[in-house]
Amino acid sequence: MKPKELGDHYILSSSPHAHARISVSRIMLDVILALLPTTAMGIWYFGLPAVWTILVCVSTCVVTEALCRLAMKRESSIGDLSAVLTGLLLALNLPAGLPLWMAVVGSVFAIAVAKQVFGGLGMNPFNPALAARAFMLISFTGPMTTWLAPRPNVDAVTCATPLAAVKAGALADVPSTWNLLIGNMPGCIGEVSALALALGAAYLLWRKVITWHIPAAFLATVAVYALVTGRAPAHVEILTGGVMIGAFFMATDYVTSPTTAKGKLIFGAGCGLLCMLIRHFGSYPEGCSFAILIMNAVTPLINRWTQPKPFGGK
Amino acid sequence: MKTVNSPFKFKGGVHPDYNKELARAEQIERLPLPGELVISMSQHLGAPAKCLVKPGDFVRRGQLIGEKNGFISVCVRASADGKVKAVEKRPGPAGGLADAVILDTTVPPPEGAEPAAVALPPLDWKTAAREELLRRVEEAGICGMGGAGFPSAVKLNPPPGKRCEYLILNGAECEPYLTADFRVMLERADRIRVGVEIMRRILGGPAVRIAIEANKPEAIAAMERAFADIDGNVEIVVLPVLYPQGSEKHQIYATVGRTVPEPPALPIDVGCVVENVGTVAAIADAVEKGEPLLERVTTVSGDAVANPKNILAPCGTKYADLLAFCGGLKEPAAKVISGGTMMGFAVPNLDIATTKTTSGLLFLTRRRVFQYASGACINCGRCVRACPMNLNAAEISKAVEANDVAAAEALHVMTCIECGACSFSCPSYRTITQFCRKAKASIRARQAAERAAAAKAKAAEEEKKAAEARKEAK
Repeated sequence: MKPKELGDHYILSSSPHAHARISVSRIMLDVILALLPTTAMGIWYFGLPAVWTILVCVSTCVVTEALCRLAMKRESSIGDLSAVLTGLLLALNLPAGLPLWMAVVGSVFAIAVAKQVFGGLGMNPFNPALAARAFMLISFTGPMTTWLAPRPNVDAVTCATPLAAVKAGALADVPSTWNLLIGNMPGCIGEVSALALALGAAYLLWRKVITWHIPAAFLATVAVYALVTGRAPAHVEILTGGVMIGAFFMATDYVTSPTTAKGKLIFGAGCGLLCMLIRHFGSYPEGCSFAILIMNAVTPLINRWTQPKPFGGK
Repeated sequence: MKTVNSPFKFKGGVHPDYNKELARAEQIERLPLPGELVISMSQHLGAPAKCLVKPGDFVRRGQLIGEKNGFISVCVRASADGKVKAVEKRPGPAGGLADAVILDTTVPPPEGAEPAAVALPPLDWKTAAREELLRRVEEAGICGMGGAGFPSAVKLNPPPGKRCEYLILNGAECEPYLTADFRVMLERADRIRVGVEIMRRILGGPAVRIAIEANKPEAIAAMERAFADIDGNVEIVVLPVLYPQGSEKHQIYATVGRTVPEPPALPIDVGCVVENVGTVAAIADAVEKGEPLLERVTTVSGDAVANPKNILAPCGTKYADLLAFCGGLKEPAAKVISGGTMMGFAVPNLDIATTKTTSGLLFLTRRRVFQYASGACINCGRCVRACPMNLNAAEISKAVEANDVAAAEALHVMTCIECGACSFSCPSYRTITQFCRKAKASIRARQAAERAAAAKAKAAEEEKKAAEARKEAK
């Protein structure tokens, strides 16, 4: 018998009956907010082409997500904002000036192939934005490695990235530390401004959306590798080639990184090491995306190694 | 006696909204005797008591109406004078059916009946033998009043070879909304003091730790006054405000730094006995006044209640009577919870009655109710960080969702204390605690079936041997 004095929306459910009032969409929104400074810097440096790339990626991702869920007869998931975030992250990891149809193809790949095929949010083994970027690097190698010069440098239209200069042994061509910090160098839309990325990272740490473990292990490993091998100064390795956006925004993706603190440290260190090995010995000047993707694949194994020990357990 | 801050902090835990201000200033009020009581035979952990009365019987307050039925069991006494209307199965707060005595308290005693007397003869605890005190705790029907309802007489009688070094008083009351223990510490501090003296005698003089969360300074002060002149090793330990600070294992760790091993280990295995402050006061009344455990303080609170109160009511009071005493609802309630918001039970109606463990009754409006649903796990790790037992709650929930109970067992789901910290912190609103409960229930069922099968096989084996022996004898 439902007591008559109780409300129409009377609920019977198992404990707990309280909640921290945090939601997936709020977390996604926080990450999107944290990416706004670097998005703004990217638009400042690369102008309208950057704006178009971002708009196309975000809208394609959202539309693809909606269509996939419709096709699979599942409830819509665009409200959780994860598709918006994937679109934004992908755009920030693309060079401005890329033909927009390629951005469309990459966005469809990110959502349809890298995410929804596996069952949607929470099920994807690889970071969708990075998987799409890797797919695009292989498919559209030329356009994906053609870099617009940032706007203050009016004398050049396209030019080489700092890491390409390092790879070519031309350390003198690497921009000054200040330019590396503010992002006045060629590169992907959102990877260039280290200071803007650090601002967003600080917001994520403050909001407790991410913990320090993965970024700290990632950056420390890159720095130690640089110091030991002397390939390039540690700050150059850290401030270029997407390490900042990778360490704070890509490697920290919940779904594709380990759960425990110990697991996160191993994962971060692995990302840093692989990134440097690819840069050092690979034919490609950057290694960050591939390093994170490889570590994504290792995540289930790391999780298995780093099961927490129960309180009072053996 | 001294007051110290807890030197040990356990891993995990969460900070729910406490909402204790609704009832914390309300003095304990006695409920006028309700016209009908529903006294359950299963108010404690363990086997239900065996009902000794039948419809038509007239019972006196304090009279034994349910007999202790096994080692882990507790007797039940009538909470008031009255005529037994019926003995029937009734749902308890958690939903399980148990025999209950329905008592009509409006019927006067029959002609020529003795005037009501004290149920048990008072004892002088300073001179009474340990066994006598222990028997009193048992015959007064006392069980842990903090929630689990473990028989106190069993707790106070460690098995041979085990010694109690620390008696820990649980005054943490970490569940949101609840202020019953808080009020007992303020208003019945002298009873708690006597209870501690009695328990020290029974347990052979252990050190005493009184554990209280830092958000109850008045209770800390009241305990300091009550215990100021006590001899021996007694400390008030101020605990950081953190849920589930009142969990037995976490309280032991926070006060004395010891870790209780995985089940089936008990606190006594690390030399500790933990008892809720309300229970300690009940033990004092049972010994000094001969008053069995017949009533308790229950916090009636929540944003839908007109006047939140801390009510002293007989065990067996229907929730409807408690609500009426608080002036009813000022807004429609979307959920009624027996207990606190983290571990309490949502109840389907107000005909359910209080037991010895009913610490709170909450009426929440729609604004305070959360709808959990099984969204996808995004592997954020918040539940793993929140789990005070340091379990991988995310993996356990996914395993149970896939019906892989064996995987959940390998992930130590049996150590889960169902505190709710995981579900509380899940951004996907997954019912993680419920998944753990489901796995535990199915593992327990399997273990019971295995035990039964083993016993059957053993019996068959013995029967076969006996038959062979008979054959040979021929």
